[in-house]
Amino acid sequence: MPAANISDYLLKILLPQLPAPGVTWLQKQLDNLKTEKDFYLAFSVAPRYTGKKPIILSETDQQEAENLRAGFNPQNWTTDQVARALLVRAIPHETPEQYVAILNKVFSTADLSELVTLYASLPLLPYPERHVMRAAEGVRTTMTQVFDAIALNNPYPHDYLPEEAWNQLVLKSIFNVRPLYRIYGLDARRNEALANIAIDYAHERWAAGRTLTPELWRLVGPFISAENIKDIQRLLQSPENIQKEAAALALAESNLPEAKDLLSKFPELKKQLQAGDFNWQTVGEGAYK
Amino acid sequence: MLFIDPHVHMISRTTDDYEAMRKAGVVAMIEPAFWMGQPRTEAGTFKDYYSHLIGFERFRASQFGIKHYCTIGLNSKEANNEALAEAVMELLPLFVLKEGVVGVGEIGYDDQTAAEDKYYRLQLDLAKEVGLPVQIHTPHRDKRKGTIKSMEVALEHGLDPSLVIVDHNNEETVKDVLDRGFWAAFTIYPHTKMGNERMTEIVRQYGHERIMINSAADWGISDPLAVPKTAHLMLERGISEESVRMVSYQNALDAFGQSGQMQESDWLEATGIDQSLKYSGNSILRGGQTPSIETGEKDSRIIR
Repeated sequence: MPAANISDYLLKILLPQLPAPGVTWLQKQLDNLKTEKDFYLAFSVAPRYTGKKPIILSETDQQEAENLRAGFNPQNWTTDQVARALLVRAIPHETPEQYVAILNKVFSTADLSELVTLYASLPLLPYPERHVMRAAEGVRTTMTQVFDAIALNNPYPHDYLPEEAWNQLVLKSIFNVRPLYRIYGLDARRNEALANIAIDYAHERWAAGRTLTPELWRLVGPFISAENIKDIQRLLQSPENIQKEAAALALAESNLPEAKDLLSKFPELKKQLQAGDFNWQTVGEGAYK
Repeated sequence: MLFIDPHVHMISRTTDDYEAMRKAGVVAMIEPAFWMGQPRTEAGTFKDYYSHLIGFERFRASQFGIKHYCTIGLNSKEANNEALAEAVMELLPLFVLKEGVVGVGEIGYDDQTAAEDKYYRLQLDLAKEVGLPVQIHTPHRDKRKGTIKSMEVALEHGLDPSLVIVDHNNEETVKDVLDRGFWAAFTIYPHTKMGNERMTEIVRQYGHERIMINSAADWGISDPLAVPKTAHLMLERGISEESVRMVSYQNALDAFGQSGQMQESDWLEATGIDQSLKYSGNSILRGGQTPSIETGEKDSRIIR
C-alpha cells in the first residue's frame, strides 16, 4: 500500500532494515518527542541505534518517493540519515518561527554527517519557503560532503532558490569539480547570466592551462551567440572526444543558424549525436573518471 | 607502522602538517577541546569552536586520509571566567553525544583555583552520566600535587580509573598514575613537557601497559610528528616493536575506544583518501588539484 505521506514512507523503507533495538528506539523517540531537548538528544545519538548501512530500495520504492516528493530519491541514503530525517520532520513546535529557530540551532551545532543529513532533508521539511537562506548558506560551505548534500540529487535548490543563489550553486559545482548531471532540474533553470559567467570561467581555465569539465557547455547551449560561438569552435578542435561531444550537444540546443552550420561541418559527430550515441548524461558520467 | 596521535590541536596546524603526519603513518588523531592561546570572552565562540572540531576539522583531516576524533570540554584556564563558564557548561550537552566525540576533555587543573575545581567536578559528573572517557590536562606548575588531586577528585566522583586518561605526565608523576590504575599519557613537546629520549627510558622502566604518547601540537613551538618520531627513536634504542605499538597506537585506541565512537575499522576499512572528496575546491585543494600525497614526488619549486 502506498505511504500516505513522507514520514510514513520513510518509516516503511527504514524499519525493515533496522536491528530490532533500533526499531524500538526509533518508535519510542517519535512517540515521545515533547521538548527541544528530546529532539537534540535523539538526533545526535540516532546512529548508535540505527547503524549507518545503505538503504536498499526497490524500483517501486524509488517511484513512490518520486510520487510523494518530485525529485526526491533516497537511493544513496543510509539508515541513520532516514531516521534523522524522520526526527527533524517531527520536531515539536507550535509556530513556523519556532520550527525554524530549533532547526537553526541544530544546524549550528551539527557534526559533519549531521550537516549532510540536514541539507539532504531540506526538500522534506515543513515550511519549505522558510529554508531558502539556509540552503544558500549550505552552498557556501567548504566541506565537499555538505555541498554535495545540497547540490546533488536534491530538488530543493531547483524548487526554491532565487536565481542568484541558484547560479552560485551551479558555478560552485563547476569550480569544485562536482558532477553537474546530478544537479536536479539543471536544464530547466539555465539562464543567460549563468551561461555568460560559465564562459568567462572557461576562458580563465584555458588561460591558466587547467582542465575544464565538458559539462560546462550544457549551460551555454541555448545561449550560443555570434560572439561566443568561437568558444565552441575551439572546443571542436580538442583532442578529447568528450569535449567534442559537449560542443555538439551545445550546438544542437541552439537556434542560431551559425550553430547549425557549424555542426554540419562535423558530419560524423552529428551522426553519432542523432543516433543518441552520447548525451549530457553520458558526458557527465564520463567527465570525472 | 600505523600511529594514533591521541592529543593534537589541528585547528592550529597547516595542511603541510596533515600531509606530513599522513606520510609518517598517522591514521587517526584526537583533538581535545582546549583554549586558543588567548582567552575567549563569549560563549558563542565556544559553540563555533566545538562545531568546528566536529565539522570542518573532521573534513580537513579526511582529505588527507586521517580519521579525526575529538574530546569536548571546558578547559581549566577559561573555567576561571565564571560567567562564561556557566554559559559554556550549558553548551556541552549539545556536543558530548555527537559521533566521533571520544571523551570529555581536556579538563582538569591549571592554576588549581576554586573555579577550576568547580567546573572540573561538574564535567566529571557529565562524563559519568553519558558514559564517556575523560581526558585530563595536568598543570604545568605544582604538577605532582595537581596530578594526584585530579585523580583523587575523579575517584571521589565515582569514575572508573580505566576510563580516565591522565595527560602530560613526566618522571615524577608516572608511578602515581599507573599505581592508581589510570591511563598515563605523555606529551612529547619541546622545552616544557617530555622529550623523546626521556620517554624512551620511561617505557624501558615501566613497560607499555596503560602508557601512551602524543604530540599536543598546537599554536606553540611543537611537533606534529612527535608520535612517529618517538616511536622510531624507541625502536632504534632497543624497545620492542610490541611495546612501541602499544604506546603509539593500541593503548590510545583501547582507552578512547571505550567511548564506542572509535574503531580500528574506521581507518583500516577506508580505502585511502575518499575519492569523492579528492576534488574539493574552495580552500584546500583548489579547483580540482590532485592532492600531492597521491602524486608522489614533485618539483617543489613549481606551483600549479
